[in-house]
Amino acid sequence: MLAEGAAPRALHRNVIRGLQNILGASTVLHRPEDLLLYEYDGSVEKGRPGAVVFPNTTEDVSRVVRLAAQHDIPVIGRGAGTGLSGGALARTGGIMIVFARMNRILELDIENQRAVVQPGAVNYELTHAVEHAGLYFAPDPSSWKSCTIGGNVAENAGGPHTLAYGVTSNHVTTLELVLPDGEICRVGSRHGDSVGYDLAGLFVGSEGTLALVTEITVKLLRKPESVKTLLAIFDRVDDASETVAEITARAITPAACEMLDGWTLRAVEDFIHAGFPMDSAAVLLIELEGLAEVVAGQVAAVEEVCRAHHAREVRVARDEAERELLWKGRKNAFGALGRIAPSNYVLDGVIPRSKIPQALRRIQEIGERYNFKIGNIFHAGDGNLHPIVLFDPRDAGQYQRAIEASAEIIRYCVEIGGALTGEHGVGMEKSELMPLLFSDDDFDLMRRIHDAFNPQSALNPGKIFPLNKGCGEISPRAQAAVRTVLL
Amino acid sequence: MNTTATNVAARLETVIGVAGVNGSSESRAKFAVDGVVPSAVAQPASSAEVVEVVRFAKGEKLALIPCGCRTKLGIGMPPARYDIALDMTGLNQIAYYDPADLTLSVDAGMNLTQLADELGQQQQFVPLAVAFFDECTVGGTIVSNIGSALRPGYGSARDFLLGAEFVNGAGTFTKSGGRVVKNVTGYDLHKLLIGSLGTLGAITRLNFRTFPLPEGYGHLVSTFSSVDSIVRFQAMVSKSPLTPSSFDILGPEAAQTVAEFKDDRDSPLPSWFTRGEWHVCVGFEGAETILRRYSSELAQYAQQCGASNYHLLKESDDKALGGALRELLNLLSWSGPAATIFKINVFPTFPSDVINLRTLAQRFSIPCCMFANSSGPLYFALTPDDLDDQTIGSLAHIASGAFEYAATHNGSASILFCPTSLKRVVNIWGPTRNDAVLMRRVKRAFDPEDVFAPGRFVAGI
Repeated sequence: MLAEGAAPRALHRNVIRGLQNILGASTVLHRPEDLLLYEYDGSVEKGRPGAVVFPNTTEDVSRVVRLAAQHDIPVIGRGAGTGLSGGALARTGGIMIVFARMNRILELDIENQRAVVQPGAVNYELTHAVEHAGLYFAPDPSSWKSCTIGGNVAENAGGPHTLAYGVTSNHVTTLELVLPDGEICRVGSRHGDSVGYDLAGLFVGSEGTLALVTEITVKLLRKPESVKTLLAIFDRVDDASETVAEITARAITPAACEMLDGWTLRAVEDFIHAGFPMDSAAVLLIELEGLAEVVAGQVAAVEEVCRAHHAREVRVARDEAERELLWKGRKNAFGALGRIAPSNYVLDGVIPRSKIPQALRRIQEIGERYNFKIGNIFHAGDGNLHPIVLFDPRDAGQYQRAIEASAEIIRYCVEIGGALTGEHGVGMEKSELMPLLFSDDDFDLMRRIHDAFNPQSALNPGKIFPLNKGCGEISPRAQAAVRTVLL
Repeated sequence: MNTTATNVAARLETVIGVAGVNGSSESRAKFAVDGVVPSAVAQPASSAEVVEVVRFAKGEKLALIPCGCRTKLGIGMPPARYDIALDMTGLNQIAYYDPADLTLSVDAGMNLTQLADELGQQQQFVPLAVAFFDECTVGGTIVSNIGSALRPGYGSARDFLLGAEFVNGAGTFTKSGGRVVKNVTGYDLHKLLIGSLGTLGAITRLNFRTFPLPEGYGHLVSTFSSVDSIVRFQAMVSKSPLTPSSFDILGPEAAQTVAEFKDDRDSPLPSWFTRGEWHVCVGFEGAETILRRYSSELAQYAQQCGASNYHLLKESDDKALGGALRELLNLLSWSGPAATIFKINVFPTFPSDVINLRTLAQRFSIPCCMFANSSGPLYFALTPDDLDDQTIGSLAHIASGAFEYAATHNGSASILFCPTSLKRVVNIWGPTRNDAVLMRRVKRAFDPEDVFAPGRFVAGI
């Protein structure tokens, strides 16, 4: 097996021929120009596979994995490639299995509120398929219209509405897996409870480093009776962040509580025209769901907290169209920022919610010190920060400073009791930061679990675990990628 | 004290001091598991001492079983080896609590009632409404994964456990997860600890999301003469906008046990229960207007589904009923010399053919009762009067039937509580599972030398 971190190599033509024999020539890409797209995902990382294949069945996946094992070649699973930490990139080359053709919803069990899907099924498509029965799939990352449920499982994806309903692992009950030797097995149970260790709980969020997931059973939730979406407008960022802290402290649990600072919302408004006020310092987008009586009480309580913290205005979306527009503004915000800076770097730290005000002040101070504009669009309700460092990679010094400023922010999150990533995953991007949170003994156990399933690092090598143990920085590879990818 | 016990206790004393070790036969007997008495009881006062005890056991090739207040030590197969009882009740503090963030870090040995009192001062709680509540520890609750009555409203421990610190079988102190409500940093090893029965390590600390105590509580107790009516009622509530905090389905005998529960009251619960009938108890929470809506709609649904009777409970009665429902497993586990309780995970959670299980027990003339929580699992309890060979033989036959019943519903079953003599003839974890080989890999990674509770878990782990 190629050492982690070593340069990728081209695949031997016998391997390509073997893949074509298994899957047919049209579902195997191996020419450099065909592979170019698969060098990237939603992150700033980069890694080119030696071949990309598109299996149709679990057995196809198993045969590809067996072939790879025979030739000592790594295998990387990939959904839609929307991930933000380099999780679906071929860090050391190898065969990339793209699940685009395994995208079917296999079964809808409306009575028991379960769905069985293939890993390439698109997140939104599942919700769309069960809407008629008043059900939906709760995890809703910003990329929900394109990201796949297999990718959600690998990264344990979140989204705005996971504040009330939990991240992907809370909604997965069964997985079908292909292990590095090609063996197919199932873990968990449709019911959710099974006898023995919670293996499904382990595999969700393992970033494709333990097994490839080829079938998923998920829970479906019932749509709430009442939904109210509030837009609270503030003239000071501090007031907005203190509002979030107090909503949490009063134990009001909205379905979602998102914050956009003034600078980023102006960029969004220019692009989306969602109705965000151009002259405000920050807005909170708060969604309350449940029984009509519960929601009415929560709306009143949230409005009271907002006004106590000097909200200039609290608007309640009048209808579904206005609600959808506000959410469109939030979910497309990162795209909008591309209009105002040559490049941006989206971070993904988590902090205790009681510390949001102080964290935002520190982020601003770090931005000023490094001379960057750092925007904030984030899941405030669960303390999941997404500071966005805007910079121009054409400026020789800027990208390095952007990386340093980012690492300082993440270190600060950890210092105040937080974590490295709330929903994007560790991937390639944050593997070098892992020693900030985990000791050698922690790594030792995680490594033993890794080796228990993937002893040769045949699956998704070079992810999660630090390559340069102890340096506590965003990976040098990420730094180089910023230079090369974003120019 | 026998020679082995003296030796183990004496050597342990050199590791964590005299105060942390008890080798007396009376103490050791209290920690017996399925008749196997450990050679010593170690009560570490810190996670560092837990590390020392585990390293000692590993070095001496001795086996440990982590224990809390020992209320659920009967769950599991008899230990293949058992030398040291690792009494975790010395670690019993709240390490960190940020009420404004609704997050908590608590030592595994803390008592659940004590934790509830501490959090209650901030009008918060952890939704672990479990049997043995008054006498069990947080750690024991997690490793046994005993069902919570509040699961329909709050989910299971898997949904609100944020992280854990523990000492694994290699004798190293490790952690997983964190103290924030959203976190995907590293493998979720703490999820593996839930229900692991102490086979992966000794948990020293657990991090939870906390929840606000509701403004008020309510319960509807409704009576049904047929299982089909209950299935209809359950479906109707499930499709409604209502989200009850609890939903307990009680067979006639289970309802009788609840009705006779006294707790610290002078008299049993009022007569909401009709002898010989099935009952459903639906719990709900919130402000007055919300309680009114639940009361009115649930009563309406119950009537539409053919309930012969229903009662809406006042808050004081509600608390008493909640306690009785929560303790049902506890009550049944002590209901006879050979009480045997199955935990059955099937879909639908309350299938209409559930009475087949009852018929099975009746065929062997063994009294039984059943109850379920709408989010699962289904419990099937056998309460024979004797513990003779014939009874054990009958229980073994019924066990085969119960495992088969679960399999025909694409589910699984295990035996939570039963006499040790039944464990000699029945594997309480049911038939061998396809994923057993993966579970063994997990065990080897956590505990390569089989220090923790060997032989007690699934697939001989």
